Amino acid sequence: MGTPKVYWEDVKVGQQIPPFVRRTDFMNWNRYAAVNEEFVYIHMDDEGGRGAGQKAAFGMGNLRLSYAHNLLRDWIGEEGDIKHISIQYRGFNFKNDVLTTRGVVTDKRVEGDKHLVDLDLSVVNQEGVNNAPGRATVVLPSRGK
Amino acid sequence: MATQSRLTPAMKAEVNKPPVTKVSPPISLSDIRKWAIAVYWPETPPRLFWDEEYAKTTRFKGIVAPQEFNPFAWPVRRDREFEAGGNPPPNPDGTFTRTVGNANVNAGSDHEYGAYMRPGDIITAVDRLAEIYEKTGGRGGNMVFRVREDRWTNQKGEMVKINRGTTINM
Repeated sequence: MGTPKVYWEDVKVGQQIPPFVRRTDFMNWNRYAAVNEEFVYIHMDDEGGRGAGQKAAFGMGNLRLSYAHNLLRDWIGEEGDIKHISIQYRGFNFKNDVLTTRGVVTDKRVEGDKHLVDLDLSVVNQEGVNNAPGRATVVLPSRGK
Repeated sequence: MATQSRLTPAMKAEVNKPPVTKVSPPISLSDIRKWAIAVYWPETPPRLFWDEEYAKTTRFKGIVAPQEFNPFAWPVRRDREFEAGGNPPPNPDGTFTRTVGNANVNAGSDHEYGAYMRPGDIITAVDRLAEIYEKTGGRGGNMVFRVREDRWTNQKGEMVKINRGTTINM
């Protein structure tokens, strides 16, 4: 077993975890399209984006979901697990947006032998708009085990 | 003024259709590496996702996939909507026409995780439409919401993921 990055006992309700930041454009979107096979016009072509009622092509919601996973993985390290995550796409991710994915601890609890931490998640663009709120529960190592 | 419902009896009947089962090809180490590179771009992804020697030293005793990894990408049998470039599809001259009902957008998802996916795993997904409903959109007109529930298990019968994903037809 490796050295935990964070122990459950050290987490405080209200604590903000280090953000995960990406400036997004077709370099990110096209790589994600390649692995998740999302070659659809709304993500590749401004005309396609306008055809869907938006101002231009826009990024994949699922890529923001991956950024939320990256945020949590970077914080919990390899000794922690993501148990649950949810996300809602309330806005669009356009070219050159700078997305800052954040997490705030809302609760910590023990269920059986699992030491759990709940977080509120947000994906905020450079204009301060949270275009993808979410929630997550992670399992952390305990000093008592 | 009340907007006219877009939900037809046929659409409502989709909820009662039997689940669709899909089986993934065996997950390859290369699939995992490429996924990790894509989602961490432009930074180098964690070694757990691409360095076999390193991964052996972890509690996983080998490479695992990022939990949101999709082993069902690139099926040989093509989905017709995606083959056409998704919704809205282009007109024959390459332009796009915005009409009500021709755009599907991912509205969000909820994931509960179990066993990690590893190279060589074969994942079975059982997918069904759990809910269909409509709401009035901000620009007027009704948007149709579809909630699909997708349960994944691995070749050992272990639960890998339960996903509820919502799409909006605008």
